[in-house]
Amino acid sequence: MKEKKNALQKLKQWIDGEITFFDAEESISRQQKKQQTFCFPKFSRLKKAQTSPAAYRLFCMGVAAIIILALLAVVNELPLFGAAEDPTNNEVVERYIESGIEETGAINFVAGMILDYRAFDTFGESNVLFLAVICVVMLLQKDEKNYNALEEREIQEDELFDKKSGKVLIRCAGKYLSPLVMLYGIYVILNGHLSPGGGFSGGSIVGAGLILYSVAYGHKKMQTFFTMKTFTIINVTCLLVYCACKSYSFFTGANHVGASVPKGIPGMILSSGFILPLNICVGMIVTCTMYGFYSLFTKGEI
Amino acid sequence: MNLSINYYSAVAIVLFGIGFMDLLMQNNLIKKFIGLNIMDTALYLFLAAEGYITGRIAPILTDGVVDASYYINPVPAGLVLTGIVVSVSVTAFSLALVQRLYKHFGTLNMDEIMRLSREGESE
Repeated sequence: MKEKKNALQKLKQWIDGEITFFDAEESISRQQKKQQTFCFPKFSRLKKAQTSPAAYRLFCMGVAAIIILALLAVVNELPLFGAAEDPTNNEVVERYIESGIEETGAINFVAGMILDYRAFDTFGESNVLFLAVICVVMLLQKDEKNYNALEEREIQEDELFDKKSGKVLIRCAGKYLSPLVMLYGIYVILNGHLSPGGGFSGGSIVGAGLILYSVAYGHKKMQTFFTMKTFTIINVTCLLVYCACKSYSFFTGANHVGASVPKGIPGMILSSGFILPLNICVGMIVTCTMYGFYSLFTKGEI
Repeated sequence: MNLSINYYSAVAIVLFGIGFMDLLMQNNLIKKFIGLNIMDTALYLFLAAEGYITGRIAPILTDGVVDASYYINPVPAGLVLTGIVVSVSVTAFSLALVQRLYKHFGTLNMDEIMRLSREGESE
């Protein structure tokens, strides 16, 4: 009760302009103090475990056995495998399949589901991939702190090895195989709404082609057409295009009510509204991510 | 016994347990993340097994049949896709962290890393 009164009085004083709740100088000094006292976590606070390794192993086995047995008991109660009256096959699935063709225009119901009904989920996935690459760049990018003479020598040796003509077999394979692999990946991306596949699987295939080329011809040659700048431009543009496409459908009524996008004839390559461009965007993001991971982990730069 | 018919789910559970054991018992950090990936894989197997219906075909329009009782459940496919993407991202991020730890301490053994960091503080 007393505190309440106190607060009320303070409020009155504040309205009258006698006191200030938020003192700028005080908060700045407090923040500075905080920064000065910031320290890295101390592991010494965690006491060393006194248990013997054998006891720990037994304990782990017990925990794992309990988890497995409990989950197996649950599986025993689940509906039978392959049963049509499984409660997971409810009206949602019926809707996705029976009105999927006229609402999304995609023959591949999964593509219609993940890129139309649940497109925001896929947008989140693309963002997760982008964030993962950014984190790996932060952790592994070559800079003064994260670089020593040994690694420099290793990279120089790698470059010397790339220049030598000893890698006949992999060069031949890279020359003739990587275009075919990339072409197949592009086919999978472009046919995402007609056949199994789509942005994620096709993007990984194209990324594998890029990695093969990089292995065969070295990192220097790869950098003539794929640098950090290209990577950033492609990734950001694709994310923005995805965002713009989905915002359009969202603002014109989430289910394309009103201003609808032309669906085309189901089964043609140019059909199903936004699914084809969205597949291309996702495919490019996944390609960049796959190659980016490889390049960052091996060379420390894209 | 449902367990003999639900054998895909049962195998998924056992795989999950194997991954969990790996995560708990290994000292090597990379082996720990291999265990995490085994757990992910078990989850995908479980979801894919839940979506299957006997005698039906993959959810891609064939012969012009638009009928929900002709195709299997497409929802688990989308969920597995999400899971794979998140698993790839988490694995890459954690392996990058492990690489930095290795550069700093020169070992991948958890106990060694804890011991070295303790010694570094007490100096």
